[in-house]
Amino acid sequence: MTTATVEPRPQMREPRPRGRIDYLNVDFGARSWLLTTDHKRIAILYLVSITLMFIVGGLFAVLIRLELATPPGDLVSADTYNRLFTMHGVVMLFFFLIPVIPSVLGNFLVPLMIGAKDLAFPRLNLASWYVYMTGALVALWAMLAGGVDTGWTFYTPFSTRSSHSYVIGTAVGVLILGFSSILTALNFVVTIHRMRAPGLTWFRLPLFIWSTYATSLIILLGTPVITVTLLLLAAERLLGIGIFDPRLGGDPILFQHLFWFYSHPAVYIMVLPAMGVVSELVTTFSRKTIFGYHFVAFASIAIAVLGFLVWGHHMFVSGQSVYASLIFSFLSYLVAVPSAIKVFNWTATLHKGSVAFQTPLLYAFGFIALFTIGGLTGLVLAATAVDVHVHDTYFVVAHFHYIMVGGTVMAYMGGLHYWWPKMTGRMYPEGWAKLGALIIFVGFNLTFFPQFVLGYQGMPRRYHEYAPEFQVLNVMSSAGATILGAGYALPMFYFLWSLRSGKEAGPNPWGATGLEWATSSPPPPHNFETTPTVTLPPYIYSRKEADVVG
Amino acid sequence: MLSANLVKPGVLPGALPHEAPATQEPLASQFADLYQQREVATLGMWVFLATEILFFGGPLTAYAIYGGRFSDDFVAASERLSVPLGALNTVVLLGSSLTVALAVRAARLGQFRSVSLLVLATIVLGVVFLGIKALEYSHDYAEGLIPGIRFTAEWRPGVEARHAELFFFFYFFLTLLHAVHMLVGLAAWAVLLLRTLRGRFSVRWNAPIEVAGLYWHFVDVVWVFLFPLLYLLRH
Repeated sequence: MTTATVEPRPQMREPRPRGRIDYLNVDFGARSWLLTTDHKRIAILYLVSITLMFIVGGLFAVLIRLELATPPGDLVSADTYNRLFTMHGVVMLFFFLIPVIPSVLGNFLVPLMIGAKDLAFPRLNLASWYVYMTGALVALWAMLAGGVDTGWTFYTPFSTRSSHSYVIGTAVGVLILGFSSILTALNFVVTIHRMRAPGLTWFRLPLFIWSTYATSLIILLGTPVITVTLLLLAAERLLGIGIFDPRLGGDPILFQHLFWFYSHPAVYIMVLPAMGVVSELVTTFSRKTIFGYHFVAFASIAIAVLGFLVWGHHMFVSGQSVYASLIFSFLSYLVAVPSAIKVFNWTATLHKGSVAFQTPLLYAFGFIALFTIGGLTGLVLAATAVDVHVHDTYFVVAHFHYIMVGGTVMAYMGGLHYWWPKMTGRMYPEGWAKLGALIIFVGFNLTFFPQFVLGYQGMPRRYHEYAPEFQVLNVMSSAGATILGAGYALPMFYFLWSLRSGKEAGPNPWGATGLEWATSSPPPPHNFETTPTVTLPPYIYSRKEADVVG
Repeated sequence: MLSANLVKPGVLPGALPHEAPATQEPLASQFADLYQQREVATLGMWVFLATEILFFGGPLTAYAIYGGRFSDDFVAASERLSVPLGALNTVVLLGSSLTVALAVRAARLGQFRSVSLLVLATIVLGVVFLGIKALEYSHDYAEGLIPGIRFTAEWRPGVEARHAELFFFFYFFLTLLHAVHMLVGLAAWAVLLLRTLRGRFSVRWNAPIEVAGLYWHFVDVVWVFLFPLLYLLRH
């Protein structure tokens, strides 16, 4: 493997001409932001609001790890602890992980990458941000009023009969948020179908577009089910009708089926866009076309389809039929195949590339390593017999944090660094950014690796106290969380710093292919001076490749 | 001199060369032409309807499961619904789908007088449907068939009232969900009627009518499923 540092191409380095109109300086004032229909500005609105939600969810995590630093429940009561982990889950899953890459990076990039002036429905796009904010405010109100203690899964009949917390308020917040996801996904699907630049055929699309498309399909077909399930839950709680309550003739397992019919695919809503980001990062920084473009593209679609058929693996110990469990187990193994295809293809792309170890690629490496660990432990959990042993233990907690934090957040951070020059026209400080990536990687593993061991040894999740012999590993985990928190804080500072003091980026600081790099940074309000015409597949980095493909 | 040469007839100064000439056409700035705008509008509605299927699919699945588990109780409960009123409503709604289909055709042919009349007829039929539905709901209230609020109806021996209540819960949940969709559709038709009267549509641009038509047909089809599933269980 040869290494090289990507120096900005000299001809790309011309400074931004003074007075050039871009999407940031075309208009000023709160009104111009709050009523904008420019997809790039809406992406920035999402960036700010989703970052705030990430901080809120992170604060809950801080309290959780503080409580778990010692075996007895000495910081908060059991009841408060229940609310803390529930609200951590609700905020992080629904208000951060699910929307983050589609709404921030997707909003910014989809029209740019396909050479369009905007999304198909710009006003709908703005509406979806307002819907997101409404959902977030309702959920935050429910949290300030007293919070919710059901776990983010809202399992019945506890959530409908026994819980004395703000179940309906939180559920309504989540339900409203669902419409925001649906509107964004609808916009993406229609835009990708109908707004591509001349010559941009489906197999010339960047892989980020393929994964965003697959994600949108999942959002469109899954989200309405959780919406209606939460409505049924609210109806049962308000009216006392036995939809899910066995005492009244209902079936609690049905709730779990309906819930996971959305919420397992939701995992793919979180991780598929992350995979799209990683595909972009790996090709750019190894200066090679992706290995097996079609396989990576169709793997996204395969994950979207298979992702809908595996929800029952959350219910192996719920009383679900053993035969159903076996089929769900088998299908869960099957979904590992397209995931593995992606990992192998990224690795093969790096092979013999001129790899530049810039910050975005470091995050991509982080993603590949941590996602692989998370994915393989997922197979452990999908084995019906082993699952009985580790079900509801910290093994599960560690597994899904490896996928969601190690996977999605890593890729999001990588993507944010990669496209930051495009979004703002400024470079982030490379040295600090590398340090941040390193801190996050170390902090992450120190936080969550001990939890695999804890879980395997039998420490159950969702308790505020634990047996003393688990303390060493828990202290390691809490210490890691501190490091992880510092790692996340660092980029917030240097990103803000770079807005004023970062180097001018120029249109294409990475020398990358892709239409988003063919326009200036930050892009003009309608993205391109003239609609681009595409004649080549994506990721053509060498003349030889260009000649071969023709 | 140079700038004068750049301004072509029909193109506003400042417009990019590839942009369509500024005319009366309602072309949004992100599209290349009206054809693309129309394709986007119809595809958007089709995608939305796909999510709607899943939206109704959740409660319909739950209803099917409980209908299988408590079939006798559900049949007994279903007998309390008025088949004549339900059937009448089916006819009314199918009639409104006919007027919508004719309105879409008339719009394509540029006969906007007919479009206004047909859209008006659609609105009238939709209101009639909701009126009949409200009549049914008031009967249900009088008989004590409102789950969770006023469920006091007498049941013959062997029928579990809890399960009958579950039936009526799904009946109200599904039909109310449907009625909300009807209201949204009626609001859309009212707006489109005003726009038609103001001459906003032409042979070249009438996609909103077609898109609203798609939506209305979907809401109609949902009823076509709900009517037998809820009203005709005993048959």
